[in-house]
Amino acid sequence: MNNQIIQISGLKKIYQVGDVEVQALRGVDLNVTRGEFLSVVGPSGSGKSTLFHIVGGLTSPTAGAVFIDGADMTKMTDTERTRLRRGKVGFIFQKYNLLPTLTAMDNILMARYFSNSTGQPLNEQFNDLLHLLGIQHRLHHKPRALSGGEQQRVAIARALVNGPAILLADEPTGNLDTENSDRVLSVLRDLNEKLGQTILMITHNPEAAAYGHRKVTMRDGRLKEE
Amino acid sequence: MINRLVIENLKHRRLRTGLSALSIGFQVTMILAVVGLSRGMLQDSQARARGAGADIFVKPPGASAISLAGASMPEKMISAFFLDQPHVRRAAGTLVHPIGGISTITGVRIDDFTAMSGKFRFIEGGPFQGKLDVIIDEYYAEQNKKRVGDTIRLIENNFRVSGIAEAGKLARIIVPLDTLQDLTGNTGKVSQVLLKLDDAKATPSVIAALKANPGLEGYSIYSVEEFVSLFSVDNVPGLKAFIYVIIGLSIVIGFLVVWLTMYTTVLERTREIGILKALGASPADIVNILLRETLVLALVGWASGIALSYAANAAINGLVHASLQSVIVYDWWFRVMGIAVFASLLGALWPGLRAARQDAIEALAYE
Repeated sequence: MNNQIIQISGLKKIYQVGDVEVQALRGVDLNVTRGEFLSVVGPSGSGKSTLFHIVGGLTSPTAGAVFIDGADMTKMTDTERTRLRRGKVGFIFQKYNLLPTLTAMDNILMARYFSNSTGQPLNEQFNDLLHLLGIQHRLHHKPRALSGGEQQRVAIARALVNGPAILLADEPTGNLDTENSDRVLSVLRDLNEKLGQTILMITHNPEAAAYGHRKVTMRDGRLKEE
Repeated sequence: MINRLVIENLKHRRLRTGLSALSIGFQVTMILAVVGLSRGMLQDSQARARGAGADIFVKPPGASAISLAGASMPEKMISAFFLDQPHVRRAAGTLVHPIGGISTITGVRIDDFTAMSGKFRFIEGGPFQGKLDVIIDEYYAEQNKKRVGDTIRLIENNFRVSGIAEAGKLARIIVPLDTLQDLTGNTGKVSQVLLKLDDAKATPSVIAALKANPGLEGYSIYSVEEFVSLFSVDNVPGLKAFIYVIIGLSIVIGFLVVWLTMYTTVLERTREIGILKALGASPADIVNILLRETLVLALVGWASGIALSYAANAAINGLVHASLQSVIVYDWWFRVMGIAVFASLLGALWPGLRAARQDAIEALAYE
């Protein structure tokens, strides 16, 4: 098995905004080892969200090579990228992005439904995860009845329900107070340490970034290792 | 899981869901009411034609079988010709005169007519006692709140209600034939002749003999069964086209209602569509969710439309039964379900495809 779960070289992304070409990524090289917790920091507009979207298969690169768990994303069709999102990637967003009409449990099961593992009971390991996240007693509540921290922990459970190769977190503590931020970051670190979950986290917050094994900084569409 | 999402989404916006379903319901009711009215009125006409008790109906040349009025024929043909025909035991002429809308007055010679069809069963009052007397049926009396002795203004004359009879005997408003002939300038003429045979089995041979008579060339001659079968949607000029127009309009309304509902739904749920895509939903999954929501809306709308059609039916038959008659058209329930579902899915298609094409990143950034 290739130990590099994310391999990126010469990655470029150009957006066409009207008549103007915006170079969001200008040649990014990045390797992430399986089981690594990587923090990506950088100012707004530096291209970190674009990197997040490409690694998550939400958009395609303009040039360069991106391999996720051995799969070449540059050659993927939209359908193949959808399939990649189902199985290999779990997302955590700043605004939690839970479906408001469903309960916490149904939000988790919805992710499971799209991965075609419907009908299989949640395994023991996942139940342990729910305990770890401290949300097992809140699963039958809808998002509006949950605190921000609880919503984000439900989002983490949803992101992990299909056992993804990579957990992508985009400013996961951006909407949380200090106490809840610490709790979410601790959970991420525990997931990484106890379960070996590969995590790529984007953050503005240096304290949050410090939870990772390694920190890289993005500026003007390029990466700088620290 | 998808079904749970669909139901929860619909429950989340209860008012919009309810109004959309109700709009589809009105579309369903509109079709059911028009078809129910058409069929109800035709069935009522059939029942009244049967109630005349005749075996054969004869209409003069140029008269439409079920028109409100039309060409006339000499009344003297009854005694001079029809009563002399083999098997003809009784004959009665009637004159039909339109009085606005689809209402008519029918003139009869009460003795000839009752000899053929049996006596009127009067709820109140009795037969004509004077030239300007009128017999009305129970529905007309109820709708117009008329009692025996009241006056009804017909053909610029005041008629006195001499009797209120049970419905189902030829017409709702019956006046003396002579009176109607004189007031309408049809002295000595009738609109149709009704024949009663000594043996109903002889009807085909009598009709064949009458049709073979050169003096009746161009006359329409029907057995009672043929005559009532003419009271169908196909034989009422423009009725079928009218029903098709109503169906077409209801499809357009259903399409627009669902289009608008789903368009606003897609706009409102842009972010949720982005979330679903991030979770691995394909464009087909997104369309599938929206079409299922639409299907539920259409089916709930259909069910409410049927319920509303019962209310419409009760209102029509309860309030204006003399003018309009409505029936519940069970055989149209599934046809109209198909129409509602078709129009709704058509309306959901474009918003659904728009949602499916939605860029996941833009959708997730949508506030």
